[in-house]
Amino acid sequence: MNNRTKRLGALIAASTVALLGVAGCTGPSSGDGDEVKIVWWHNATSDPLQGLWADVAAEFEDAHPGVKVEVTGYQNEDLQRTLIPNALQSGDAPDLFMVWPGGEVRSQAEAGYLRDLTSDLSAEIAEFGGVVKPWEVDGKQYAMPFSFGITGIWYNTELFAQAGITSTPTTLPELVTAVEKLKGIGVEPIAVGAGDLWPAGHWWYQFALNACSTATLQSAIPDLDFSDPCWIKAGEMLEDFLAVEPFNKGFLATPAQTGADSSNGLMAAGVAAMEFMGPWNSGTIGALTEDGEVPEWLGWFPFPSVPGGAGDPTITMGGGDGWGISVDAPEETVELLKYLSSAEVQSRFAAIGSGIPANPGAASALTDENLKSIAAGLAGSSYVQLWLDSALGPAFGNPLNQAIVNIFGGTGTPEDVVKALEDTAAAQ
Amino acid sequence: MTQTTAAPAPVEAPRRPRRGGVRQRLEIALFTGPALIVFLGFVILPVVLAAYYSLFNWNGLGPLERFIGFDNYIRALNDPAFLRAIGNNFTILILSILIQGPLAIGVALLLNRRMRGRAIFRALIFVPYVLAEVIAGLAWKLLLSPRGGVNGLLEDIGLGELAQPWLANPDIALGVMFVILTWKYLGFAILLMLAGLQGVPQELQEAAAIDGANWWQTQWRITLPLIAPTIRIWIFLSMIGSLQLFDMVWVTTKGGPVGATNTMAVYMLQNGQGAPGYGSAIAVILFAISLVVALVFQRTAMRRDLAGALTSGEDR
Repeated sequence: MNNRTKRLGALIAASTVALLGVAGCTGPSSGDGDEVKIVWWHNATSDPLQGLWADVAAEFEDAHPGVKVEVTGYQNEDLQRTLIPNALQSGDAPDLFMVWPGGEVRSQAEAGYLRDLTSDLSAEIAEFGGVVKPWEVDGKQYAMPFSFGITGIWYNTELFAQAGITSTPTTLPELVTAVEKLKGIGVEPIAVGAGDLWPAGHWWYQFALNACSTATLQSAIPDLDFSDPCWIKAGEMLEDFLAVEPFNKGFLATPAQTGADSSNGLMAAGVAAMEFMGPWNSGTIGALTEDGEVPEWLGWFPFPSVPGGAGDPTITMGGGDGWGISVDAPEETVELLKYLSSAEVQSRFAAIGSGIPANPGAASALTDENLKSIAAGLAGSSYVQLWLDSALGPAFGNPLNQAIVNIFGGTGTPEDVVKALEDTAAAQ
Repeated sequence: MTQTTAAPAPVEAPRRPRRGGVRQRLEIALFTGPALIVFLGFVILPVVLAAYYSLFNWNGLGPLERFIGFDNYIRALNDPAFLRAIGNNFTILILSILIQGPLAIGVALLLNRRMRGRAIFRALIFVPYVLAEVIAGLAWKLLLSPRGGVNGLLEDIGLGELAQPWLANPDIALGVMFVILTWKYLGFAILLMLAGLQGVPQELQEAAAIDGANWWQTQWRITLPLIAPTIRIWIFLSMIGSLQLFDMVWVTTKGGPVGATNTMAVYMLQNGQGAPGYGSAIAVILFAISLVVALVFQRTAMRRDLAGALTSGEDR
């Protein structure tokens, strides 16, 4: 009997230990013995970029004996919306991870999860110049960009030639003319992935840039004050443009990047002639072509100027991706970030055509003609407005983009978008 | 415990029942303990925490500091998009019961008769239910896209004017979604009904036949009342499934176009991003609605069970 009680006690003790053991799994991310482990999360799920980051990790391990870099690529939205916030909140954050500019870096920095890089990377910050600003919070640098570019119109040069469009549109009326000509040869003029909401959102953001003065943009976003009539004007400009019916059939259910029926897929198949997208678009279109290569007919031009708004025509819209370091990360992570920010790694990033490098010293390594055009457009911008959902922060993304898609679907008004902005602002 | 072991043997005998009680309780604690801890930790605690988070304005990062009472609930219940999502959930729920139920019973009655290829029919009808939800959703999404198989087929057979972006037209998207859900879940309903039919004694039907009842009368007066408990269980499962509908919608439309197929769960995910406090409020509302519907149905279902066909004979 005594034995039985003991056995019982041992069982209870064992289950308790097992439970505690489960709870104890989330220790610091350093490995066994003297080895230092750096956990690095990024959003590249296909080559060549995924391969580049893996190579960089291996090179860093070789140059720093005793350091192990565990590098993983996750799907962008999962990484940004679920994995990173949960990891930060659970106290088991990756050491080096992608940080999006604007509202996201601000909320992570304010919650105390990001290491202040202002002095650690002072040389790199100076080298990069103004492009680091969107990752700055209250004068401190909390992440370093590795790519930065502007959104413009990607187009099919062959379809443009077929439709008899000899030069790329520089004003909105010229864009409308191009749309009509493309309809004439039976192609979808513009593809938009409104099913994913944000691609439609970008059209309204662009019209807001055209409707609002730079001063309004610069004050409205930090102050969350959308009382200026230009915000309603943006929706009216969008409504006028929608009246031309420029978008692909079924755009309300079209995703952006997944499958043959996504807006990228329509571009890749030559079904649609234009798409308003960020600098990553050649890569995501290339992934959906039959041979997996970026099509040779792919071209890029900046968004045409829109008459009748207060906006500065030389202002552009864009954004980028950066790297942040967790406050708990091992010191070696700073070295890894320095290596990532070096002109050498940034040049290799530029050479594979995955985006525009944030380090200006690497811009000359760009080989892709479209990325060169984007880099030129970026250089000629008087001011780059961060995509509004990024600038405003994650809580704004869905309500704002949904209200914009409602205009696309004919069930919402320009006033509704401003109301969505104001309601969300009131709940912050 | 030391006292018990130290006690002399003769005294032990009368105590045995009580000691057994202690032992039994320990055993119960040991065997249910782990499950109870897991249940409390992974079911009850998250529900309680969600209710707690829902009272805060919280962006998911850092401590809970800004208590706002029921503001999240007020905001949700004033959002037309959320109200529409609730409406869509209930539309699916009612359509499921009104259309899938009779359809499933009808097919089950057919398949319960002796006929050629019955086994093959049964297997075929059950195939969609066995398919993974995401795979089925992606297949439908491809078929129903503007350049997809359904439109291609319609054009090939000369019905091109019927072709349209099935999931992109806000007027029909919810109906299309219901067709997909029916395709997916009808097999399960039929399987349940068939199982219910197996339990109907052949003798009763024979007796009815001897009394001169025709096939319809037999089904209506004998079979249906006897499978009523199965039907009620199916209705219960169908209601809960309709209220918590997420995966098929997420894969095919993400709640679009312009909210036409939005459901509470999809709305929760989309609007809870970057605002887990608000998302938690949505979760609590979804939980409350499901709970109320489940409880009300169980109450009424139980009442019907008591007044059901099996007991009504005694009343007469």
